[in-house]
Amino acid sequence: MITPILARQEGWNRQPEIVPDGEGELLEVAMGPHHPSTHGVFRMDVTLDGERIIKLKPVFGYLHRNHEQLGETMSYLAIMPYTDRLDYFSSLSNNWGYALAVEKLAGIQVPERAEYLRVILAELTRIQNHASSVGFLIQDMGASGTPLMYAFKEREKILDLFESLTGSRMMCNYMRFGGCRVDTTAEWLNQARKVVAGIPAFADEFEALLTTNEILMARTQGTGILRPDLAVNAGITGPLLRASGVNYDIRKVDRYGIYDRFDFKVPLGEHGDVYDRFMLRLLELRQSVRILEQALKDIPEGPIMDPKSKIRGFRPKPGEAYGRIEAPKGELGFYVISDGTGNPYRYRVRPPSFVNLTILEDMCLGQNVADVVLILGSIDIVLGEVDR
Amino acid sequence: MKTIEEIKAAIEAAVPGAGVEIINNPSPSAQHSLLLQRETALAVAQFLRDDAELAFDYLSNVTGVDWLDKEIVEKVKVKKTVTKTVDGVEQQVEETVDETRKRVEPGYLETVYHLYSMAKKHGPLILRLRTANRTDQVELPSFTPIWRSAEFQEREIFDLYGIVYTGHPDLRRILMWEGFKDHPMRKDYVEPDDFEYEPTAHDAVAKRAQEHQAKVAAAQNGGAA
Repeated sequence: MITPILARQEGWNRQPEIVPDGEGELLEVAMGPHHPSTHGVFRMDVTLDGERIIKLKPVFGYLHRNHEQLGETMSYLAIMPYTDRLDYFSSLSNNWGYALAVEKLAGIQVPERAEYLRVILAELTRIQNHASSVGFLIQDMGASGTPLMYAFKEREKILDLFESLTGSRMMCNYMRFGGCRVDTTAEWLNQARKVVAGIPAFADEFEALLTTNEILMARTQGTGILRPDLAVNAGITGPLLRASGVNYDIRKVDRYGIYDRFDFKVPLGEHGDVYDRFMLRLLELRQSVRILEQALKDIPEGPIMDPKSKIRGFRPKPGEAYGRIEAPKGELGFYVISDGTGNPYRYRVRPPSFVNLTILEDMCLGQNVADVVLILGSIDIVLGEVDR
Repeated sequence: MKTIEEIKAAIEAAVPGAGVEIINNPSPSAQHSLLLQRETALAVAQFLRDDAELAFDYLSNVTGVDWLDKEIVEKVKVKKTVTKTVDGVEQQVEETVDETRKRVEPGYLETVYHLYSMAKKHGPLILRLRTANRTDQVELPSFTPIWRSAEFQEREIFDLYGIVYTGHPDLRRILMWEGFKDHPMRKDYVEPDDFEYEPTAHDAVAKRAQEHQAKVAAAQNGGAA
């Protein structure tokens, strides 16, 4: 028995509107596009009643370069370096998402060692992304510099690892359909083990510095609350969703790659406020260390490319595939339609930051202006991915 | 998760006259999809979300696709009466002649929805909706009232493909600026001729730059005369 369409109350999947108290005038302010807290070029058209947010419309597209159409004009392999430029903080996750989609499309198997390398690199990416996103969040709150530099100190070690393996710190362009581009050496793995062994100490230090800080607690607890039902309906993924208490981690649900072999937990938040998102990133970072320890212990010898996969003249049969991974910011999906030629007929990126911005207004309604900056920081957007 | 045939049967049992069609995907991914009718799509979406067993509460991805008019060339055998001279006498003879026929399959704009279930942790279920044509009948029902995650993604498709979603609460351009005219992701989109400077022009780019410079020079000469 189906309920008639839209039986739920009109606008049920939105936060109710705030009614101005009627004293004084409403003020319209454009926050951005060059506001330092927007991490790029991003504007929010805000309507204020005193300090309270009555309305907020995000405006973006300043960095739009029609990434998807560029993809349609290029060969499958030539898109790979462009995926680095989506979420430029975690280029290796982007590589993996795209490689996964094309591997599904063409039915390519990935050798064991390459799967381990992918997991190691993706989890290192997650650690540096979460550390710096927490650093930025605190920076936005006014703690200028110090916490961010703590995070960047750790990030720098991980970027050095990326550079020595792939040749680039941020634009790694490392994965291929059916494996990875270059093999690691034993020294690199040892260096990675050393870096990973140092991360728990960093996390302890970072938490000791921040978690019980009175100002941080006062500013973030109860700010920007996101209800779990709204989060699910609005397609929110990643730390933002789990901070609202919904247990959905694609590494556990899809078990893509070899994630079924590792023992790790999915931390969940309780209140869905900015503080929970901040804490959840630190907890996830510790779980990534657990995965890394297991992966670096078990990594086998062997080939890193499927010998049957073709790099040049790659033409998958007509069809389509959607592949998705748990990127540091949420579900990163790639949808590829092939018509049998060398370039995809349609190449679509499902960016987590873009969809997560849907509920920015809902989280900000009724909050103070200063909190908007915090709430935006807690979503953790990268404009390269939002605007594409 | 139920197979796609079972889901189709469940939809048809719940929504009378749904007219769902399975679109086969020949690639190794084997992600088959369901083509919905525009009239009943909203009821089907509501059923998929609210059904206790299917519970597709999470709309992950919304994609626009442009399919151009397809010219299909077929060889057909046709019987024809031909006048022929046999042994000096004109006769009417019936012959089978090969004939090539061309027909044009009209193009359409398509929206593809990837659904998952967060409650049951299954998926994906892929839905497709097609417009009547590419030019004047480009309306599709909006899924934003059912799944809020479609809000920005449908705006993006409206912006880049020009599909008009009826029932969308706030259908505006999202990536291109307001006042922009065309839909740049369409396959027949023509780039505007605003070529001024290209530092490392080569091949096609160099040719376009030269053409543009010639046009600019011609316009300047014409203005002077």
